[in-house]
Amino acid sequence: MGLTLNETFLAVFCALAILSLVATGAGQWITTRTMDTMRRTRMAIVNSRVRSSWSVLALFTVAFVIGPHALLIVFAFASFFALREFVSLTPIKPSDHWALVVAFYFVIPAQYLLLFFGRANLFTVFIPVYVFLLMPVVMAVKRDQELYLQRVAKVQWGLMVSVYCISHAPAIATLPIRGYEGRGALLLLFFLLILFLTDLLQVIASNFFGGAALEVSPNKTRNGVLAGGSAGILIGTALGGLTPFLWWQAFLMSALIVVSGYLGTVVLSLVKRSLGAKVWDSNWVLTRGVLERFDALTFAAPVFWQVTRYFWVIRVDV
Amino acid sequence: MKFLPPIVWLVRLLVGAYPRWVGSAPTASQRIYFANHTSHMDTIVLWAALPRSLRANTRPVAAKDYWDKPGIRRAIAKEELNVVMIDRSRVDLNADPLDPLRDALEHGFSLIIFPEGTRSGQSLPGEFKSGLYHLAHAFGAVELIPVYIENLHRSMPKGAFLPVPIICTVRFGAAMKLDAGEDKDIFLQRARDSVSLLAD
Repeated sequence: MGLTLNETFLAVFCALAILSLVATGAGQWITTRTMDTMRRTRMAIVNSRVRSSWSVLALFTVAFVIGPHALLIVFAFASFFALREFVSLTPIKPSDHWALVVAFYFVIPAQYLLLFFGRANLFTVFIPVYVFLLMPVVMAVKRDQELYLQRVAKVQWGLMVSVYCISHAPAIATLPIRGYEGRGALLLLFFLLILFLTDLLQVIASNFFGGAALEVSPNKTRNGVLAGGSAGILIGTALGGLTPFLWWQAFLMSALIVVSGYLGTVVLSLVKRSLGAKVWDSNWVLTRGVLERFDALTFAAPVFWQVTRYFWVIRVDV
Repeated sequence: MKFLPPIVWLVRLLVGAYPRWVGSAPTASQRIYFANHTSHMDTIVLWAALPRSLRANTRPVAAKDYWDKPGIRRAIAKEELNVVMIDRSRVDLNADPLDPLRDALEHGFSLIIFPEGTRSGQSLPGEFKSGLYHLAHAFGAVELIPVYIENLHRSMPKGAFLPVPIICTVRFGAAMKLDAGEDKDIFLQRARDSVSLLAD
């Protein structure tokens, strides 16, 4: 396109800010004009999602202005709050205390430090291999065999979802793609925008088309998910200019993000229910409802990172 | 506006300490908050769950043998929480351990007390000691607010020295009073039930 990096950033930033402003304003305007309580509650759901556009904008700005490494701190805290939430939902015993101390105070910093020092190979196997082997050993010290496997499995699952999966989001911005140096923040933005817009459009389309609500996500219907998902893929294809992908590659990658994101929503919703579903009132409190806000991201981030890394970093260098 | 003291930030980061005013509202009237005691962090967590404006006028009651140790504990107890120290060891048998509490109430402070006296490590509170009754008897005008601290025994089980981050909520129930001529044991049982009831 012939734009310099800073010009691209400024253009994207302004476009996003204007869109967020318009969407927030329009949402508020429609809400104040509607008297019908049904529609008001629906608009409240839409508005609460529109608000997340500001966090997407904030994340992108941090990544671009301070550098992708500043994002590591933001996402490390996200992992911390997500794991805190996961552990709160899980029945744990006093004898698990040490394992949880290790999970919170050692595994989280270690995972993000590996990313900081660019150890991508160790970063991808640290939790699934080394922590997977370490946790049962730490838990074995207390010799408490009651529900041993279940307890070990739950801690490992919590770590995989809240730390391993979420840490792949900032990792997207650090992928060393040839000919795309310094633009990692744009790739992360592409990823976050697709997830965010798909979710928003799915909620809006579900309201528009109506139908029976899905069991796994009460705010969405089947037609709404399909329509919003397709729209998300098209928008992703159109945003291909931000990425190192050709248009058809951008199309496939968008589809990958949309589908894996949706599967993440389904799986995490089931996990939460099986843990004895409890709703964390997340209104305006940043540190609650983290798992719910990141459900699509937990699956989409590692998938997108792995596929991009394989085709645009590893295969290219061979 | 002054920033929150770091200890409150730290508590919120680790365990949330999210307040739920179920049966009462956070007002400035003089109160005795009484809660279940499950871990060393209870004192700070309940205090951190109160709004800033009330914290300045609310003093937790805590055991001298634990909090009055040189170093970080005493610094937190004296400078942040403004703790009323209670002497569990009772070296001087003539001194009433409740005297410092009466003194604080006479000066208009609200108090936070844990009537079980010791950490139970269970989710429901154990037997209450009689201190709450004596205070309710002497200070009839002070509102008694039952408080239930949820989840904290999971964050820091007995014997642990590092807390594990877990979301913890603090529920404030409806104010209760000592009825005229009410028997001590009946009152203490009623107070204990009002805390257990908040556990749902």
